[in-house]
Amino acid sequence: MISFELSKEQELVQKTTKEFAAGELRNIARDCDEDNKIPQKVLDKAWELGLANAAISEEYGGIGMERSALTTVLICEELSYGCATMASAIMSPSAFIQPLIDFGTEDQKKEYLPLHAGEKFKAAAMALHEPQFTFDPTDLRTRAEKKGDTWIINGVKRLVPFGDTAGHFLVIAGTGDAGLCGIDAFILPRDIGGLTIDSKTEKTMGLKPLPFSRLSLDNVAVPDTNRLGGDEGIDGRALINSVRIANSAICVGLSKAVGDYAIPYAKERVAFGEPIAKKQAIAFMLADMYTETECMRWMVWKAASQLDQKVDATKATTLACHYVNQKTIQIADNGVQVFGGHGYIRELPLEMWLRNARTLSVMEGMVSA
Amino acid sequence: MVDFSLNENDKNIIRALRKQGEVQRKYARYYDDHEEELAPDEFPEAAEFDYIKQMEADRGHDGCTPTVFFLLKTITEYRGDFLRLRLPPYALGNATLASVGTEEQQKKWGHMLLAMANTEPGCGSDSKAIETTATLDGDEWVLNGEKIFVSHGVRAGGVVVWATLDKSVGRGAIKAFLVPKYAPGFILAKEEKKMGNRYSDTAAIVFKDCRIPRENLLGLDETIKTKGGGGFKGLMKTFNLTRPFVSARGIGHVLACREFVTDELKKEGIEIDWEVGQYKRTAVQQKLIELEAELEAATLATMHAGWLADKGVYNNLEASVCKSKAGDISRKGPQLALEILGASGITHDQLVEKWFRDTRATDIYEGTAEIQRLVIARSILNYSSQELK
Repeated sequence: MISFELSKEQELVQKTTKEFAAGELRNIARDCDEDNKIPQKVLDKAWELGLANAAISEEYGGIGMERSALTTVLICEELSYGCATMASAIMSPSAFIQPLIDFGTEDQKKEYLPLHAGEKFKAAAMALHEPQFTFDPTDLRTRAEKKGDTWIINGVKRLVPFGDTAGHFLVIAGTGDAGLCGIDAFILPRDIGGLTIDSKTEKTMGLKPLPFSRLSLDNVAVPDTNRLGGDEGIDGRALINSVRIANSAICVGLSKAVGDYAIPYAKERVAFGEPIAKKQAIAFMLADMYTETECMRWMVWKAASQLDQKVDATKATTLACHYVNQKTIQIADNGVQVFGGHGYIRELPLEMWLRNARTLSVMEGMVSA
Repeated sequence: MVDFSLNENDKNIIRALRKQGEVQRKYARYYDDHEEELAPDEFPEAAEFDYIKQMEADRGHDGCTPTVFFLLKTITEYRGDFLRLRLPPYALGNATLASVGTEEQQKKWGHMLLAMANTEPGCGSDSKAIETTATLDGDEWVLNGEKIFVSHGVRAGGVVVWATLDKSVGRGAIKAFLVPKYAPGFILAKEEKKMGNRYSDTAAIVFKDCRIPRENLLGLDETIKTKGGGGFKGLMKTFNLTRPFVSARGIGHVLACREFVTDELKKEGIEIDWEVGQYKRTAVQQKLIELEAELEAATLATMHAGWLADKGVYNNLEASVCKSKAGDISRKGPQLALEILGASGITHDQLVEKWFRDTRATDIYEGTAEIQRLVIARSILNYSSQELK
């Protein structure tokens, strides 16, 4: 039955996150971007609310909230409404945690989930992106070969968030044929032999403060027990779709932020004797921002609801991501345009949002729904 | 719970409607070619599909809410090339009667097909500028003026006419009147020839000292409001109800185009791999994804507007959001489909060129793209229609 009705729990989570983002994130976003710093205090505050790890069950030390991709996309949108960079930072360990909840064996859950069930931010990340310009999760250059009870992994990963401090990585590698069914995820401690983490963090156009690392894997040998899901492995589609759709949800929050921020400015800014909002050229731009943001959200919800229903969400995810990536950059770009020169000056957030939009909309993602 | 799936009952009805659509399509070309002929009330095989009505009666309460279901149904029917537009309650006049008529008026005229006459030669989207007048003379209203683009004006049993009691007042003096077809002074002036939607007639009507009983004023409120919208609000309320349905019609036609293109390319061995990255897709596959993504966006926005209506939430903004998006895709979608198909797509052998012509109207009637954007902008900026023109 087609319904846009959130559960009471989801409404509460949405409200809590919205308040947190308004109170704690929006006001620090510019400073974070200028100083390239992610304040630990704010990360910890977010984690006190359990935004990224609430779905860890009580037996592993968590809260045991229902595991729901839809709830996660709500959180991502609301956090990103405050700041897309902080949203990505706060939620980045979810790309380690959620796949473990979804696909981990009993032993894997017992070993790793309690490490991340606490009320303080603890870095862990998915290592997915690769340096080649033709990067595509269906055709990874990082490969894992099985030799006896051991997997030998070779390849290079980049844009791994918190690579400098993460205790564990979930490295995505090709093990079978091309396609999302031919990938596997391996749990790697940071001190494993053969893994080199570049000491310099990567500099990026957007999401600037996020410490991104480059990981080189040179004949890294991990036991079979570190292959996520054990003998059964993972559902590669569900894993990648969850990452893609969470990234899109962050884009939705950013787009909504741009639209909402432009409205009061357009009503105040006077040109040729009247507010620019009264000119159709501006008013129509604002109307389209609103329309597209609405459409983007429903497409993200559809894919997330399919993930929750455990049906193949690949098509819904691809459509949503395609749409969201295109519209986000358009909205952020028009945001700068409404503000004119002020949009280009680093005092206001518009130029930062545009850089963030371009960055997010070309990434697969670093958060999992 | 957020959900975009259909239960088995609803799925079966949609499947049956698709089957019915395949049959209806057989007649689509004929009535497009023969604009002067009135399409029949029903297509010849209609009785074979009577079971769908029974399925609908039996669908129970655990499926989609009524408006959402009706929107889904509309999409599917228009995908099939709908010929039964003339039957109530599909016409705009019926929707107006439902939103502003008294209970007694609804009972009296609800069974009739009612066209709506709003647009005039001098005003279209700017409905409040209408010049047709209504003057009370004893127990009768006397109407004078000219209305154009009246959908079903030829076949309808009656027309809901928007006219002003006092031109100097503006919106507050605009009222809706039910004018039966054969009222004295009702002159059917012209039947328009159109780019598409040729199975449905479009009339120009002249009212020359046209006399109707006093009780034919819909809602029976004769007062002129100097503040606020007055009867004009009823017109806008009608549009809140109908905009999602206009969207659904456009979406149905674009869906037909999209499916045709997908099926034809599949025969040529071209299909979309939904999981691969952009490097592994051709430009054509990328276009197909764009077409489908825009279609999905319009569909979900339309469902959202309908779902809000079912919840009893005021959906003025969302009705325009979905109409704006569906209007967009109704132009872009068939254009993209024809671009992909190339020269064979524009021939008379296929219906795609007809759908292109038919659905172009989606971004015009019941509020152009620009009007929708005005409504959305006023709403999010909290501007009145005076503040943002």
